[in-house]
Amino acid sequence: MKCSEFLHELTDYLDGVIDAGTKSELEEHLAWCHNCYVVCDTTKKTIEIYRDSKLYELPENLETKLRSAIATRCKSHKNKTSEGKA
Amino acid sequence: MGAIQPKVSEPVSDELALVEAAKAGDDAAFEELVRRYDRNVFRIAQHITQNREDAEDVVQDAFVKAYTNLKQFQGQSKFYTWLVRIAVNEALMKLRRRRPERTVSLDEDVKTEDDSVPREVADWSPNPEQQYTQAELRDILDRTIHGLPATFRTVFVLRDVEGLSTEETAEALSLSIPAVKSRLLRARLQLRERLNKFFQRRDRANGSQKTVSGDGNQ
Repeated sequence: MKCSEFLHELTDYLDGVIDAGTKSELEEHLAWCHNCYVVCDTTKKTIEIYRDSKLYELPENLETKLRSAIATRCKSHKNKTSEGKA
Repeated sequence: MGAIQPKVSEPVSDELALVEAAKAGDDAAFEELVRRYDRNVFRIAQHITQNREDAEDVVQDAFVKAYTNLKQFQGQSKFYTWLVRIAVNEALMKLRRRRPERTVSLDEDVKTEDDSVPREVADWSPNPEQQYTQAELRDILDRTIHGLPATFRTVFVLRDVEGLSTEETAEALSLSIPAVKSRLLRARLQLRERLNKFFQRRDRANGSQKTVSGDGNQ
């Protein structure tokens, strides 16, 4: 397997959606190709770091503001619709 | 090296009940849906628009649009996927209004310089994120992802940050599954490449760094 073929399968490999035969070919490549091992490992870490949602908490005051604005706008739409029907 | 662990998703059985109740006019049920997903929608909107005020508008507009069009939601997909689709469209519209000189389309297959072949291969520290404070890390991640084309950014955020499946992402973005996979691979590789300079091992940064040329058997 060439490095380019390995890269082509990387997303499916990391997502764990790959057939057993291809998986063992990829892992055989990983065992001797240090560059692909590092690319695979650091790509996995990239995803894990971005996935850590603690970094993206919505501030509570903003959340309250947004929820209240949404509720007001929905209510206003509902009133308009029911007036239209009346 | 194992696969990355999927995010644990919320149970959807009561989601459908909430949607049905909201459709029947129960505003408390709709408010519960807002509470459940506003953070996710905000995160998606912020990553696409790259602007907090725009993201606030997008969250409001997306939920109000979902509320007013709720009867059109047929339940063939998850409510969340349907909501994400609305939010992504709202966010892209914001982006187009802000940057009228550059059309933003998810369909374009962005050709950047040779981005599918890693140029720099360097080991990272075992826990690279611990080299930085939370605020520094957040800044690094934001700046890094904001450098990606909107098409890649959006696919990456839905798949890897929000944990939508490939099929759900394809549905939310009206893309084919191969298109989602190809954009995701390139987004992941580009982000990895850009994060190298922050996360590579400092002790042997020079010694372990290799430059990859070509793609033959190495």
